[in-house]
Amino acid sequence: MDIVFLTFILMLSVFLGFELINKVPATLHTPLMSGANAISGITVVGAIALAGTGEQDLAQWLGAGAVALASINVVGGYLVTDRMLAMFKKKEGGR
Amino acid sequence: MISANALIIQLAYVVSAALFIFGLKLLGSAATARKGNTLSAIGMLVAIVAALIDQGIVSYQWIVIGVVVGGLIGAAAARMVQMTSMPEMVALFNGFGGLASLLVGWAALNGDASVFTVITIVLSVLIGGVTFTGSLIAYGKLSETMGSGAIMFRGQQVVNSFIVLGIIGAAVMLSMDPTNTTWLYTVIGLSLLFGIMAVIPIGGADMPVVISLLNSYSGLAACAAGFAINNNILIVAGSLVGASGIILTQIMCKSMNRSLGNVLFSGFGSGVTEATVVEGEIKPISVEDAYYVLEAATNVAIIPGYGMAVAQAQHVVKELTELLEQNGAEVNFGIHPVAGRMPGHMNVLLAEADVPYDQLLEMDEINPRMENVDVAIVIGANDVVNPAAREVESSPIYGMPVINVDAAKTVFVLKRSMASGFAGIENPLFYKENTRMLFGDAKESIGGLIREFS
Repeated sequence: MDIVFLTFILMLSVFLGFELINKVPATLHTPLMSGANAISGITVVGAIALAGTGEQDLAQWLGAGAVALASINVVGGYLVTDRMLAMFKKKEGGR
Repeated sequence: MISANALIIQLAYVVSAALFIFGLKLLGSAATARKGNTLSAIGMLVAIVAALIDQGIVSYQWIVIGVVVGGLIGAAAARMVQMTSMPEMVALFNGFGGLASLLVGWAALNGDASVFTVITIVLSVLIGGVTFTGSLIAYGKLSETMGSGAIMFRGQQVVNSFIVLGIIGAAVMLSMDPTNTTWLYTVIGLSLLFGIMAVIPIGGADMPVVISLLNSYSGLAACAAGFAINNNILIVAGSLVGASGIILTQIMCKSMNRSLGNVLFSGFGSGVTEATVVEGEIKPISVEDAYYVLEAATNVAIIPGYGMAVAQAQHVVKELTELLEQNGAEVNFGIHPVAGRMPGHMNVLLAEADVPYDQLLEMDEINPRMENVDVAIVIGANDVVNPAAREVESSPIYGMPVINVDAAKTVFVLKRSMASGFAGIENPLFYKENTRMLFGDAKESIGGLIREFS
């Protein structure tokens, strides 16, 4: 794919990332971080293509390892974030 | 022209990118955050399914094994981790993500790679490697399986410079001859080493900054890997995470009044702290006397710190809060942005104990109210309430915004002993006229107060 095109995507995503996070209240910093952390496991998508070549070469083993590692990141990250967010509650109209 | 199969995959990536963006947006507000996280997870699922239908995939055997093994480990870890150990868990997950990007970059190298591809491969290996070992060191410091202090030695900067030069040199050699894997292995080795060297000089008190920075790196590593294997969704998702991590890091640094460079390179807390002359005397208080003061109070502020996490005191704190409210007092929590070991750490612990989030006030909200507070209870916090940051110009934390508990009528400090805080700085708060020290384990002290109330 065109390098310029990819760089364009990069530039826009970076600005978008800045805008999205800038005004998040401190209360949510931990879930936000672990939620974002889960997204960084997106590498799994790249790793899948490498692990599925069917050729018993080094690249395939590296890909398989990457799939496993990134899966830990993805599954663990989302579950732990959900666990945290489930605990956040608003005050129920006083007693 | 691209094939129908490739077109479907690319469109699916667009959908998943939209879901990530929308998910992150919803994560920005407490009421919608859980939905946001779910949306983002769906986005991930869409991307993974799209990757699986790629016609280039011949054998699913190792993909399935990888996903199942990794998924099970991740799910088990996420389920079992205690809320107090959340910072090290996030660090560990983050490290795995980094290592995955390193492996993808490595696997993407072949003999006829262009210079541009080699550069992106080197970047994904470098950032991924630094993220991996850096996160492991952060994990070690946070879980205190290794000393949490800053490790500095003579010539550290020189050694680091040589590592950087080595990485650049090896990268140049690799781009000239991509078939020579020795250079790639050199880059991998040096990157892993560099991650260790980068995090050991950073003290435990600065870990909130390091974790959010490493989080950013893991995104950038995925982004670089995306360039190496020409994958849009890796670039988009990776750079979103990279940018958000940088913003969080900046917020952390700002709330400590220090530059990122200062956090990364100064070895904060490893230096000799000059003996500050502190006037006044320590005035201990018994649980019984503390109870009498609290019973008369109508406005109470609680300022938690890492000590509350260590003592696992969040549930008894909630219990005490309820008793105080039944007694007619208004109770608020003052949360410093860098209290605890990761951004927002205290909020998560108090949420676990069912404290509603609208009762948790940020520093800028609680400080103006402090004059009206009858009793400020400091639980296991030290540096974030240290008035030396305002008063003592020679103090290492001078200029850092702190919660001004000393403005309250009475301050209770719950503390194990007189040892100084994580950053090793003397705290004049303990010697103030209106401060009373309640020595002992925070959980037991609060438990004692609860017994007095009932």
